Amino acid sequence: MGIRIIKDKCTGCGICFNVCQYGAINMTEETHVLSNGKEVKRLAIIDLEKCTLCGECVKPCPTNAIELKAETHKFEGKENYKDVMVFAEQRRGELEEAALELVGKGRELADKLNVALYALLLGKDLKGKPEKLISYGADKVIVVADDSLFNFLPEPYTNILIDMIKKYKPSIFLAPSTTQGRALLSRAAGKIYTGLTADCTGLDVDANGNLLQTRPAFGGSIKARILTPNMRPQMATVRPKVFKPLEEDTNRKGEIIEEKVSGELLKSTTKFEKWIKDTTSAISIEDADIIISGGRGLGCSDNFKILFKLAEVLGGAVGASRPTVDEGWIPYSHQVGQTGKTVGPKMYIAVGISGAIQHLEGMRSSDFIIAINKDPDAPIFKVADVGIVGDLFEVVPLLKEKLKRAING
Amino acid sequence: MKIIVCIKQVPDPEHAKMDAESGTVVREGVELMVNPFDLYAVEEGLRLKEKIGGEVIAISMGPPQAEGALREVIGMGVDQAALLTSRDFAGADTWATSYTLAKACQKIGNYDVIICGKQAIDGDTAQVGPGVAAQLGIPQITFVRKIDEISEKNIKAERLVEGGYEVISSPLPLLITVVKEINEPRLPTLKGRLNAKKAEIANWGPEDIGADKDKIGINGSPTKVDEIFTPDLSKDGKIFNIEQLDEAAEEIVKKQKEMGLI
Repeated sequence: MGIRIIKDKCTGCGICFNVCQYGAINMTEETHVLSNGKEVKRLAIIDLEKCTLCGECVKPCPTNAIELKAETHKFEGKENYKDVMVFAEQRRGELEEAALELVGKGRELADKLNVALYALLLGKDLKGKPEKLISYGADKVIVVADDSLFNFLPEPYTNILIDMIKKYKPSIFLAPSTTQGRALLSRAAGKIYTGLTADCTGLDVDANGNLLQTRPAFGGSIKARILTPNMRPQMATVRPKVFKPLEEDTNRKGEIIEEKVSGELLKSTTKFEKWIKDTTSAISIEDADIIISGGRGLGCSDNFKILFKLAEVLGGAVGASRPTVDEGWIPYSHQVGQTGKTVGPKMYIAVGISGAIQHLEGMRSSDFIIAINKDPDAPIFKVADVGIVGDLFEVVPLLKEKLKRAING
Repeated sequence: MKIIVCIKQVPDPEHAKMDAESGTVVREGVELMVNPFDLYAVEEGLRLKEKIGGEVIAISMGPPQAEGALREVIGMGVDQAALLTSRDFAGADTWATSYTLAKACQKIGNYDVIICGKQAIDGDTAQVGPGVAAQLGIPQITFVRKIDEISEKNIKAERLVEGGYEVISSPLPLLITVVKEINEPRLPTLKGRLNAKKAEIANWGPEDIGADKDKIGINGSPTKVDEIFTPDLSKDGKIFNIEQLDEAAEEIVKKQKEMGLI
């Protein structure tokens, strides 16, 4: 185990020094000879007091002079884990769009591996939902229905999930990276000692059946490919809206398996008291295809109305930058960015937002970004597909009218 | 009441800027800070102590320099701190991190509430809090935005979820993760800073917390980083001025149609 610099490969170029986020690499003046006989004057040294073994320096090294080694665990019976299973999230009795997205992606992975695709559905009164999951690509739907499962509670959901994993032995288990999916899989992976990768935006499999999990880190400034080489199942949460569901095919055939679970598994220490709907917005920013976000440029709380009107025309939700939330212009549930929510809608319209790195990290993965700002040098324009330089109080109402006309034909 | 707060030292994103030419994020120098969400966790711990009495203990896993993060929260009023530090802990993924923190919580023992930030801003996983709860076999309430009621035996809290809030109650002990909305973290006081300077911070290695060496650090981590790459984030966007709004609107509508939004 550990990290080391292979001295006769290190040319002293300093790339690793610039990459390290923890200041754990120092460049020293030390003349040494490379394996090709060339003499160089500088050498990288790793400060083990600071290094976290994050591995970020390994790949950028042009001469492969950094070696990071880890021992790997053996996992008995790995070959018995074969299929793909996805968690079909429902909230208050409604199947989530993210469940259909996962069934679609799961179908693709299962086909590549030539195995079956299971969907695991927990809840109360699930009539029609298993059929829907089949028509979107599932081969088998495991249904666990009980009145107590109407709302998500971490303990019973985790108990059942682990029980089903033991019984059906999937090699891959996916859930959406929603508040529910993250809470559930973290708890489950913690209990069964397996790998879990958060908020994946890319998934594929290799010839050995390894799940190749790509995820953004440091707010999207880097991407990492993660493997769970030995433990099973390979668990991942998947960012909603990244993968598209397949076309619905009501002629698809599949099997519905109704599982009965013991009362012991249904026990919960925590109790669900009640649900309070956020009434400040018709659609939540996590669920919206279009988000219109406001920044300090709006000037005051009242001016968010301009954005709510535009949101109404476009059928979108309203987001906000951190300063506007800190000023109390709009509730925290609307905040996009590093200390708020990470969103990836199809269209993101940033109004009066300059584009601090913390904000960009929360919205950069949106498919299409529109920025409206009076400062032509605002960093937000660097990530925008369409930028409009101008006073937002002039631009937004005019744009709204033009879009309204275009939308209505 | 014994309150444990788990914190992490992370690179400060203020020192990262987007390079306009390459479109990649470049870092200027290295500055480390306490993960912002963890400051809300510390503040909530201090508030619970002020309300009910007891003590607040902060723990962190990291290299020796992570001691700075613990000193910072001692400055805010944390009573005791322990740093989980050893080369054997390095390179831990969220599973091994959860295991290590849980072992430290067991060493501390008799805790009533464990508080974590909802996620760390470097990895953004939100997995460690629930992972610790799972390892300890205690209940969890994640993404807490408000504690409605708390006593020495029970808690009732609101969690921030998609489209609204869930009110959840639970007996103690339990683990909660908190979002920014829950409070406004205090700044260290002068007295706090002095305390922080001279405070003794325990350093615990694997033996001190009774950790199984096969389950910690890079070796104990089920996930392995296969590759890290820096995506090009810059876009060749079209820029319009106010006179060209018609063109801009056309461009937007065209895209909306393409995406099936209208």
